[in-house]
Amino acid sequence: MREPHCNVPGCDLGSDQMVGDYVTINIGPSHPAMHGTLRVVAKTDGETVIEAEPEIGYLHRGVEKLGENLTYNQFIPITDRLNYCSSIVNNVAYEKAVEKLMGVEIPEKAQLVRVILMELSRIADHQVCIGILGVDIGAFTPFFYQIIQREEIYEIFEWYNGARLTVTAGRIGGQDADLPDMFEEKWRMLKDGIRKANDETDKLLTHNRIWMDRTIGISAFSAEDALNFGFTGPCLRACGVPRDLRKDDPYYMYDQFDFDIPVGKNGDVFDRYMVRMKEMEESIKIIDQAYALYREMPEDAPLKAKVPKIIKPPAGEVYAALESPNGELGFYLKSDGSDKPYRIKVRPPCFMIYQAFPELIKGEMIADTIACLSSLNIIAGELDR
Amino acid sequence: MSLQDRIRHCLQNDVLDLFQCQGDLFVQVPRDRIVQCLEKLRDEPGLEFDFLVDVVGVDNSALHEKEIKAREKALAKEKEKAEESGETGVENEPVVLEVPPRFDVIYLLLSLKSNERLAVKVKVPEEDPEVDTVTTIWRAADWPEREIFDFLGIRFRGHHNLKRLMMWEGFGSYPLRKDYPLQGKGEERHLDYDE
Repeated sequence: MREPHCNVPGCDLGSDQMVGDYVTINIGPSHPAMHGTLRVVAKTDGETVIEAEPEIGYLHRGVEKLGENLTYNQFIPITDRLNYCSSIVNNVAYEKAVEKLMGVEIPEKAQLVRVILMELSRIADHQVCIGILGVDIGAFTPFFYQIIQREEIYEIFEWYNGARLTVTAGRIGGQDADLPDMFEEKWRMLKDGIRKANDETDKLLTHNRIWMDRTIGISAFSAEDALNFGFTGPCLRACGVPRDLRKDDPYYMYDQFDFDIPVGKNGDVFDRYMVRMKEMEESIKIIDQAYALYREMPEDAPLKAKVPKIIKPPAGEVYAALESPNGELGFYLKSDGSDKPYRIKVRPPCFMIYQAFPELIKGEMIADTIACLSSLNIIAGELDR
Repeated sequence: MSLQDRIRHCLQNDVLDLFQCQGDLFVQVPRDRIVQCLEKLRDEPGLEFDFLVDVVGVDNSALHEKEIKAREKALAKEKEKAEESGETGVENEPVVLEVPPRFDVIYLLLSLKSNERLAVKVKVPEEDPEVDTVTTIWRAADWPEREIFDFLGIRFRGHHNLKRLMMWEGFGSYPLRKDYPLQGKGEERHLDYDE
């Protein structure tokens, strides 16, 4: 284990900018390459980053405090605003925690609807991540191929609940609606579209000399360090640890589906990109299988378990987690028996990954820090809450 | 052996409380033994809780207030009953209700081998809100501990960089404490942008 890094003083960019041969530079918080509002203060030697300190909290909205003053159902729309690239996964993660607290098992049909919607948003999330990663390195074209397909996915969400990004899918105890009628037809076309876009992206990037130079070996991380830092999701799998809650701790009906967990080897930017590319294909496989099961269900099968109109879980505390596109997304909930949660704690995957950022970019070029940042898929909304 | 027994066997006398809630296992340990306990849980063969998922801080003051009020009510009722039935002989001494420590710090652990989860809890009193840092075991505890310091004002002894994470330096209050109002105390109005 490496020693904890010493700290760059955060705000003294005044007179003593030059310390020896090092220059302290400030990146962000409002900068087109910084993905929202992230700030990094970096000490550089020429173009090489010697050490860095991220500063977060520019998008802090007090989600946890807000939750303590809202009822259980009123908090669902707030969860949309955590990871806004895959809001459905946040909704389901929260609902799953409340259902666990209440001891409610949701009907199979609702589980399948949730699986299909979650995998769709996983694809959308990965598409954004890969597209932006290309843009940040200078490959603009794949971004359009990916974003066009993402828009098609958002069309399904729009049919489902009327919103593109902040979907607020599901209620506590199950889902509020079936999949839209045209889903089957749409999915058949969409599937081909996603695969085609991935093929194009693959052709443009994967064996591209410039892409390989810019990504292979950049911000490589060992599996041991990654586990020590609490990495989960694609960033951990890129380091070679085949850990996925969908396989290791199956929830809903994931144990019935046949899919693989792609893993990388070096934990660098290239591996993270490859893991995400392969995961999209696995998600397509899961949706196909889930939809086949869904179609066999009777039309009038229940979508919602019996839950009271006013949600009042018994006093107690639980932690429930699921595999979000970025890693383990968990909710710790404490109830005092009233209709409002006593304490909500979100465990966002980005939070753990981003605290290793100084370690990841140590010794890299400044331009590569941006590539590293986009490959981690840091979403300020769930980082700052 | 069930997980409970294995934990009891591993931690021996350090287990102050062990309870289950909807399938989640919680174990309470003494505050000054937290680092040793977590190390033991990590290294003990058969347990191997080697992954720190998160650290959660909870302010229990509102819960305790509610409990004390309920208990006072119950006591008053009992007294009334006793007076009604004419048992004046037994003069009750004024009962002093003990307030439990205000804060909980909960370490959510995971075993990568067996996928078992465990929550280790320590109670932290308001007068002396300090816990030993666990960044020496997992570097993952770095930001969660800073966040708890920021939001609840619990200090982590030995943390290498304990300063506010979400709020700005000089923000005077701890927003996730139950006595902090939802609208805030107007701290942002006192920000001096010219400085």
